[in-house]
Amino acid sequence: MEKYLVFNSSGFPILSILLLVPLAGAVFSLFIRRELLLKVWGLAVTVVTMLLSLPLYFLFDRGTYKYQFAELRHWIPALKLDYVVGIDGISLLLLLLTTCLMPMCILCSWNAIRERLAEFIFVLLLMESSMIGVFVSLNTVLFYIFWEGMLIPMYLLIAVWGGPGKDYASIKFFLYTLVGSVFLLVAMIMLYIQAGTFFIPQLMDHPFSFINQMFIFIGCCIAFAIKIPMYPFHTWLPAAHVEAPTAGSVILASVLLKMGGYGFLRFCLPMAPDAALYCMPVLLGLSLTAVIIGGYLALGQQDIKRLIAYSSVAHMGFVSLGIFLCNEQGLRGALLEMINHGITTGALFICIGIIYERTGSRDLRVNSALGMVMPLYIAFMSIFALSALGFPGTNGFVGEFFIIIAAFTRNTLVGVLLIPGAVLSAAYMLRMLQKMIWADSDGHSVHPVHCDKPALSDITWREGCMLVVLTIFVFWIGLNPGPLIEVMDSSIMHLLRQVGG
Amino acid sequence: MNYIALLPEISLVFMVLVFFVASLGGLRRDLLGKTAMVCAGLALIASGATYGITESGFYGVYRVDAFSQTFKVMISLGLLLILWLGAGLKGVKSTFRPEYYMCLGLSCLGLMIMTSAVELLTIMISLEIASYALYVLIPLRTQKALREPLEASIKYILFGGVATGISLYGMSYIFGLAHTTYLSELAVVLPGLLATQPLAVIGLVMMLCGLFYKLALFPMHFWMPDVYVGASNETTCFVATLPKVGAVALLIRIIALGGADAQQLSWVLSVMAILSMTLGNLSALGQDDIKRLLAYSSIAHAGYIMVGILALNQLGLTASVYYIYGYLLMNIACFYVIYNLAPEGENLGFADLKGLYKRSPLLAVTLALGAMGLSGIPPTIGFTGKFLIFTAALQKEYYWLVLFAVGNVCISAFYYLRLVRAAYSSVDEPGPRVRLPVQAVVLGLVIIAAIIIGGILPQNFISLTKEVIGLIL
Repeated sequence: MEKYLVFNSSGFPILSILLLVPLAGAVFSLFIRRELLLKVWGLAVTVVTMLLSLPLYFLFDRGTYKYQFAELRHWIPALKLDYVVGIDGISLLLLLLTTCLMPMCILCSWNAIRERLAEFIFVLLLMESSMIGVFVSLNTVLFYIFWEGMLIPMYLLIAVWGGPGKDYASIKFFLYTLVGSVFLLVAMIMLYIQAGTFFIPQLMDHPFSFINQMFIFIGCCIAFAIKIPMYPFHTWLPAAHVEAPTAGSVILASVLLKMGGYGFLRFCLPMAPDAALYCMPVLLGLSLTAVIIGGYLALGQQDIKRLIAYSSVAHMGFVSLGIFLCNEQGLRGALLEMINHGITTGALFICIGIIYERTGSRDLRVNSALGMVMPLYIAFMSIFALSALGFPGTNGFVGEFFIIIAAFTRNTLVGVLLIPGAVLSAAYMLRMLQKMIWADSDGHSVHPVHCDKPALSDITWREGCMLVVLTIFVFWIGLNPGPLIEVMDSSIMHLLRQVGG
Repeated sequence: MNYIALLPEISLVFMVLVFFVASLGGLRRDLLGKTAMVCAGLALIASGATYGITESGFYGVYRVDAFSQTFKVMISLGLLLILWLGAGLKGVKSTFRPEYYMCLGLSCLGLMIMTSAVELLTIMISLEIASYALYVLIPLRTQKALREPLEASIKYILFGGVATGISLYGMSYIFGLAHTTYLSELAVVLPGLLATQPLAVIGLVMMLCGLFYKLALFPMHFWMPDVYVGASNETTCFVATLPKVGAVALLIRIIALGGADAQQLSWVLSVMAILSMTLGNLSALGQDDIKRLLAYSSIAHAGYIMVGILALNQLGLTASVYYIYGYLLMNIACFYVIYNLAPEGENLGFADLKGLYKRSPLLAVTLALGAMGLSGIPPTIGFTGKFLIFTAALQKEYYWLVLFAVGNVCISAFYYLRLVRAAYSSVDEPGPRVRLPVQAVVLGLVIIAAIIIGGILPQNFISLTKEVIGLIL
């Protein structure tokens, strides 16, 4: 077991502490009565968690694919089950994405959430803890516990603080995800029975027979395909996104969807490489369908949130395509795209939250012609929209570019089919931007809210701070993706060796 | 036989006698509940103290070993929790309270004997002791309409009688074929008989029907929903949990001896398990009465437990024991909420759960944890139980069985989620706050801690049970 791990030698169990800080913060938040104090507390806990996670980036050894900062404790010896945590290049980036976005989730709900605030903070912090848990666990059972542990908090987030259709959306989310994860559980048990261990790196090295690989692959694949979400399983996403509160949408889009991709990279590819190669055509086909269908559906939406939700389907199609292309550029692009989608779409959802707080509607027609009234807001929104459509210089471009290159290297046909998807993303994003900024060209002569309330205020300091930080990331990654690629490269290369692609 | 080994039973006999005297008017009414809890505590201590003793007595029909004592600890712990939960005994007429406690103790005594019985007639007697006391308990309820409790008790008696009859009939087959009633001697001949004589399979299945009745496994589950609805909340909590613990103990003993590896037997039992899970879960989907919902859910859980028992390896049986322990705790959690939420011991529907998060956060959390546990979501004890059971069944390559079980987990999630949703969705008028006495608050915290800690740190329990199961396999 030790040969896969680089133990944390600092004497400071950083990963466990990252897990515990939000959890402790969550429990403590139940005892705070004052509203302002609660918000500050939530913000403080998430910021502390973020600050604690930053050293990981700087101390991370980029030269090895081994799992670093590892901790190992015996947990249930009767089942040969240990508490093992550790991170490699892939999980580090997603972990940082999670910890950096959580303060935004608190900030963007600052005024939006008024009722049951203590529970809201509790649920958010609980989510943070389990999301971090998913990315750091190196043990299938531990992974599963955190994976499922997110289910109830996320369900509550939608069901309690959601919009009018929250009952339908939250139950749909819950049942879809649960059905997927139950298959994951069976696959995990199969892995254990075949290989005699729950330890993920060992499972990756275990040579499973082809038929077993198929079982494992299908079991895992259903779970992750629902989570990411891949084409025929995507229908829960628009519903959940539309009804969730802003913080819920941000978490859902930025982190939860990534877990599907992360699962593909952690389980499907390295543990069942032959099955993955065997199923590749089907999965590539589904991913392409998702890219095109998602884009096409986004094109026709009037609800901005729904539009972004469908664009997420398309983007995650790119991600799964990159993953199942199984070549260097593809995997690199997929991981970059996951990070970038997390930043960009998170930012877009925050933007939608901002405008929803002002106009009380997410309808494009109601929120049109804002360019004159809220110039700053529109400037930010445009940057994120451009990043979402993959404009060169923004982060969205980098990942998509890698994936398109990878597609052409693997198979020209896949590459060619991918082009309409990229074009569609430009189409729906520009359509949204055009309507939100000008509107006149499209027959919306007057902005109704604009007339009633000429003082539709521009963004506040709090909102500005969030958007500025995210904008910095957009350009930083867009212009200089080198550091990120450096972090992930050893792990990606190792993964590639495992797949043998 | 060293009679120290019988201390748990003796302490329950003591409890029965105390309340017999009390029913004659010998004890102050307000002390009844506390006395009962003390007696249950004594039984718990006695079970713990006799752990590790291995004794056989009464001409070999009674066996005290680590296996039986594990279950006795579980039964007396369950009894203690149930008494604690129903401390006010709101649902039972005050005139009948001493008798109520007496019968409760008697039923527990029967269950304890059940875990130690290793001979067919003793098994029969223990089943009957456990059942007869319950026949009396079910109609004892403060309710103006007498129809439901009476209907429940009549159903319970009639179904119980039929189950006993079938069971005895099956035993006669087994006896006729094997010429013995001792389980240890049956263990020698039964596997051979099962392989060659179809009659032995029929006999064994019929004999097990008596246990399936206690466990409420298909096809002996029909009494369950009506009895749940008819009996008072405290009684239901008892009926829902402890008899099943006893039944699982005996089932493990018998099936481990008989060898469920016999193809036909495992087929029959798998079909029963699948039908039980599916029927239970599908019927629970549409229920509005929470007790009725729990009744159907427990029929489904009997199916899950059967999956673990069918695996028949050390892990599978360990898993079943662990699962029934978790089931006990999670059901007590749900009934704890029902009991405390129903001011006059009435049955609750989903509408009564409205605004629970505001009326009593503790009850809401307990209910949510209980429901999540029953649907198998980590980090609760229910998840760990399901995980162990599926692992054991997959080791045995029961793929179809696991697939059905997994499908059922998905179905069941829907109605368990309804419970959580009812307790947590926002309402305009939450209704009056629920005031909990201190001891109820403490009990709630104990249950919550047990469900979570049992799920996260099951090591001690599992290794202990594994050892114990190793002894009887």
